[in-house]
Amino acid sequence: MTVHGGVKATPPSPPGHLLEVRDLSLSFGGITALQDVALVIAEGETLAVIGPNGSGKTSLFNCITGLYRPTAGAIRFRGRSLIGRSPDHVTRLGIARTFQNLRLFHNMTVLDNLMVGRHLHFKKNFLGALLRLRSEEIRHRRRCEEIIEFLDLEAIRKARVADCPYGVQKRVELGRALATEPKLLLLDEPVSGLTQEEKEEFAYWIHEIRGRFSITVLLVEHDLRLASRLAHRMVALDHGVKIAEGAPPEVRQHPDVLKAYLGE
Amino acid sequence: MDLVESYRQDLALARTPVTRALLAALLVALAMFPWVAAEHFVFLATLVALYSIGVMGQNILIGYTGQISFGQAGFLAIGAFAFGHLRIWGAPFLVALVAAGGVAALAGVVVGFPSLRLKGPYLAIATLGFGVAVYQIFVNWEVLSGGRSGLAITKLSPMFGLSGRRYEYYLYVLLLVGFTLATYNLISSYVGRAFAAIRDSDIAAEVNGVNLTRYKLLAFAISSFYTGVHGALYAQVLGHIEPQIFNIAEAITLFVAVIIGGVASVEGSILGAAFVLLVPKVFADFREMVPIVYGVTILIVLIFEPLGLYGRWLKARLYFQLWPFR
Repeated sequence: MTVHGGVKATPPSPPGHLLEVRDLSLSFGGITALQDVALVIAEGETLAVIGPNGSGKTSLFNCITGLYRPTAGAIRFRGRSLIGRSPDHVTRLGIARTFQNLRLFHNMTVLDNLMVGRHLHFKKNFLGALLRLRSEEIRHRRRCEEIIEFLDLEAIRKARVADCPYGVQKRVELGRALATEPKLLLLDEPVSGLTQEEKEEFAYWIHEIRGRFSITVLLVEHDLRLASRLAHRMVALDHGVKIAEGAPPEVRQHPDVLKAYLGE
Repeated sequence: MDLVESYRQDLALARTPVTRALLAALLVALAMFPWVAAEHFVFLATLVALYSIGVMGQNILIGYTGQISFGQAGFLAIGAFAFGHLRIWGAPFLVALVAAGGVAALAGVVVGFPSLRLKGPYLAIATLGFGVAVYQIFVNWEVLSGGRSGLAITKLSPMFGLSGRRYEYYLYVLLLVGFTLATYNLISSYVGRAFAAIRDSDIAAEVNGVNLTRYKLLAFAISSFYTGVHGALYAQVLGHIEPQIFNIAEAITLFVAVIIGGVASVEGSILGAAFVLLVPKVFADFREMVPIVYGVTILIVLIFEPLGLYGRWLKARLYFQLWPFR
């Protein structure tokens, strides 16, 4: 971007820039959660955001998805500003996310959880719903079944999510996010709390999402080995400030990153 | 062997032949009832039918959308008095009924606005305030409530050569069947899923593209429509309404019916309605004991059977499905 300030109609981001975060700041009263964070994600790439606990990774996600309103700064997605948009609007524009501590619809079935993900693609017809016209339902069910097949959820599609083990719940949440057909997928610690085997499976899925659904991925992850394997680039945050950016091996060796994780 | 061969089949209302046969038997039994039962019981069944509609509406709000409301008595009163006035002005029964529901639904949207900010007990208190306010308005505003003498509503003139009670029974049961089907259809559609999503996690619902404002207000509107219709049907049965009928106890009774019948269950709503109507009849000689019965039952239900009477029914059904192998 060469044009700054003073220009009313900001030119659209150069092609290839899917998401652009500029000078993003967020504070709650006296606490600064994010300070002048900037990053760009190119279409098709996987970017990992790392940093110790409380460094502002999830706050960044919440700003992008519209759950928090940043104190200052700009977030542009495919040339459109996301500031001040409600979360459901952001999702309609093509951003989906998962949560660090799982936010599933616990009393619904696995299938219904995915169907909620399809909600924004439904042709809404209230009268049709009352009269049990179900062609839309069937159309979206097909899409959900594709995701069910992709994530190996066939056996439990009618099971209540609350009854499923943790690893499965993580998969359901990933599936629900995929069901919204996003352009950009925000994954908040997708493999935390999983066994080594499950982590490998998840790494495969995240890799496949890029190829099969051509979705750009923004990843927050504590497992640095896995994150380095999956991500093209890496950004490190500490105390809400970006301290490093670049290829994964560089960022992991960066003195500020080592200091943030290990201390002096 | 229970094989589902297509998605459409999977979405059918009554999928298995056994379910269909049972449903048909139930409908036949409902049709036969006024010819075999004493008139008093026919009247009681009519009351259960109209009450079930209100409880279903309340259940859509509490059970499916997770928004606790204690303001139902207000919607009941609004529905009943809108219906009463329209009937007095000469509107036909069905027109007045739909209009009464519509007016209550509008009030529901207004009351729904606090739900965009308030959750759980705070919302319950805000809606309780609405119920009390409506009650006071009707008590003190004689133009609306018809003053001390209340509103007198003309009786329905029975058709098809039926007696008054039987005609009323058939009409109300038919309405209940209609509302039940509509509720089933609604909760299994995208609307119902959006409601349940809001109940289970409003943040996740929002992030998955559910517009919280729209669907919370829609839940209030639908629920209030049901309650308004309940109020109107009640007014028609009583033939005479005054504001004192729609006090807070009535809202509590609806709430009790939802909890005891089964949260988030259509069948449970009907069972719950039957419970809150029949218990006072059974304890007719010790009326002052009724609130105690409600209280104790709620405690028992919440501790031992959180799904209410409907949960009991599910367990009984499972037992028979597995019988004799268990």
